[in-house]
Amino acid sequence: MDFHLSPQEEEFRDEVRAFLQENLPGEEERKSADFLAQWTTKVREKRWVGFSWPKDVGGGGGSVMEQVILKEEMARQKAPGLGTCFMGLAWVGPSIIQYGNEEQKQKYIPEILDGAYQWCTGYSEPDSGSDLASLKCKCVREGDEYVINGQKIWTSIAMWSKMMILLVRTETAVEAKHDGITCLLVPMDAEGLEVRPIRNMGGGSMFAEIFFTDVRVPVESRLGDEGQGWQVTVSALANERSSIAEVYGLRRKMEELKELARETVRGGKRAVEIPSIRRRLQRADIRIESMRLNGQRFLTKQLRGEPLGSETSINKLHRAALEVEMGELAMEITGSASTLMRGSADAPENGRWADYALGWPEVVIGGGTPNIQKNIIAERILGLPKD
Amino acid sequence: MNFGFTDEQELLRAEVRKFLDQNASIEEVRSQCESDEGFDRKLWLQMAELGFVGLTLPEQHGGAGLDLVTLLVLLEETGRTLLPSPLISTVIASQAIQRFGNDEQRARWLPGLADGSRIGTLALLEQSDDLAPGGLCLQGKTDGDETILTGRKLFVPDAGKADLFVVAFRSGSEPGDVGLAVLERSMAGVSTLDAAAMDLTKRLGSLELDDVRVGPADLLRPEGSAWSAVQSLIDLGAALVTAETVGAAEGALAITTAFAKEREQFGSKIGRYQGVKHPLAEMYVDIESYKSLVYYAFWALDEGEEGAALAVSKAKAYASETFPMAGINGVQLHGGVGYTWEYDIQLYLKRGKWMRPMYGDADYHYDRIAELGGL
Repeated sequence: MDFHLSPQEEEFRDEVRAFLQENLPGEEERKSADFLAQWTTKVREKRWVGFSWPKDVGGGGGSVMEQVILKEEMARQKAPGLGTCFMGLAWVGPSIIQYGNEEQKQKYIPEILDGAYQWCTGYSEPDSGSDLASLKCKCVREGDEYVINGQKIWTSIAMWSKMMILLVRTETAVEAKHDGITCLLVPMDAEGLEVRPIRNMGGGSMFAEIFFTDVRVPVESRLGDEGQGWQVTVSALANERSSIAEVYGLRRKMEELKELARETVRGGKRAVEIPSIRRRLQRADIRIESMRLNGQRFLTKQLRGEPLGSETSINKLHRAALEVEMGELAMEITGSASTLMRGSADAPENGRWADYALGWPEVVIGGGTPNIQKNIIAERILGLPKD
Repeated sequence: MNFGFTDEQELLRAEVRKFLDQNASIEEVRSQCESDEGFDRKLWLQMAELGFVGLTLPEQHGGAGLDLVTLLVLLEETGRTLLPSPLISTVIASQAIQRFGNDEQRARWLPGLADGSRIGTLALLEQSDDLAPGGLCLQGKTDGDETILTGRKLFVPDAGKADLFVVAFRSGSEPGDVGLAVLERSMAGVSTLDAAAMDLTKRLGSLELDDVRVGPADLLRPEGSAWSAVQSLIDLGAALVTAETVGAAEGALAITTAFAKEREQFGSKIGRYQGVKHPLAEMYVDIESYKSLVYYAFWALDEGEEGAALAVSKAKAYASETFPMAGINGVQLHGGVGYTWEYDIQLYLKRGKWMRPMYGDADYHYDRIAELGGL
């Protein structure tokens, strides 16, 4: 066991720290559009956008450990993200790098790295949520074109996206439902494609329903082979392992929550001194620390070249529980004022905690519900019979 | 960055596991813990001969000179099979002597502890059941260069079989006036009373001191504050107990999972039902998580990292809060047979009761985390 960095790793860390020292202004200034534009160019020049991708496609070719160091230093300093094309960087890009042809790589990868526009993800359907592989969105080949008819749902940022990575069913007479699924790269302005935003329980609209009526795309839009869509998707989703970004995000939220508990006075007492609240804050803190260290154990496996399996569900379950718990804690801490939304004079921090307490489903349900994660652990790790 | 064990440590794990599979199956464990002494002395001596007992002691005193992370591997395995042995007690007592004794005292006591011929333990708690300095009431009275001790120490692990007792006492009127004495069972006025322990694999008792005269050569003299010395032993104890808990919890999860794969109700193995598989998955998540915390804590203790004590408290708080519940869930998932003496899951449930307060329960460690700057 050794948690120290090697001399080369320390050198890289110092390079990152020096860059941040030089290029990261005070917290207020970080929000300005001018700064963000400059930042984006500079980190792109450093090849820190798509840092884990191979150099020949324009990535940084960073080692696993360097990726971790970079993410950790960025998160520690609360630096803005590396790149702006969220889903492109998270899984569309990796899918294209692994399964795309030369033309697709040359066309899409530079635009993802530059953040030229957003990608969205058309996976879930009304009847295919947790059981994603049962998806039905119909796709028939007619000459040089695919014709798509059907519906997708829960498609985040669809209304601001230019492209979509889409899973469709090209074959219905298959033995295993995972077969017969094909992956397509579809422009959002295709004729017959309609986006209807869905209002969530917080009042905002971040995701949408998508309706396909005789949408025609050229066969060149296909990523990977016909019927290979499931593999294309799964291998790309398996990308992020050590959950460092999540841990730092949760930590930051936790610090803000502690601050809220120190500043809120309830019945003549600071909330942080109320034993039940205190314990819950500490318990959440410990869970976050355990996530960080679980991530380090996964990382060690990765560095040793051992396959990483379903154990990553551990941190997904922690995160899901923490997002709910921290929202609830904010409500408990602020008492009657907790129910006041943005715009109320007496809403704590202009209602941001109320928004937070209504926002957890995006994470908790979005990435595979906790019940599904528990099934994964029970069946794939503990070897219990399938449902 | 490497959060894993060395090849040597993995080899040790295999060796220990093989040794325990052969000598300490759960049937063996049952008969060992139900015996008068509560453990198998022959097995204990074998373990000592293999170097397990003196693992972390210096070679010059009969130890193997290895680090705590290596000891952690051993403890996970003794925990897995619920081995009844005074290993943790002896390690703490011998570490107290190693850290806070002088050369003469080390030479006098450590070889006997390392070779298993003598068993040691730490006698800390009293009627107050308080791990803070204020909880210490046993007052040492000075008589010339001797200290006279009269009083009781409670909840002393392995009191009935220990030969050496590291005893914390009050040496003056100030809160920080704390002394550490090493008492031998043979000394006049030293006796023990066995308690009826809920967890038979972990015997407890009281140490009864009646006008015990302690000479200067029997006192440990830590550099700096004596209470920080005691606190470091509490931290060590909490770490060792949590390491053993990882193994015990994996054992409990393994037998409950095996049961769920066998037992049929409503025409199906019960392990197929989410009402059964989800609590098992939750158990797994908790075990893996306090495992990560305690692994890190052991490394930090070895390295003398600043955050070592904080890391220990996080691990112990998490384990103290969840492992007792894992025992309860384990019994529930077994159904009626889980309630019987015959099935093994009850042994793990009782281990949960034992470990919860041992070297500080969750509340104690939450307060400690706050004190160390965690909130």
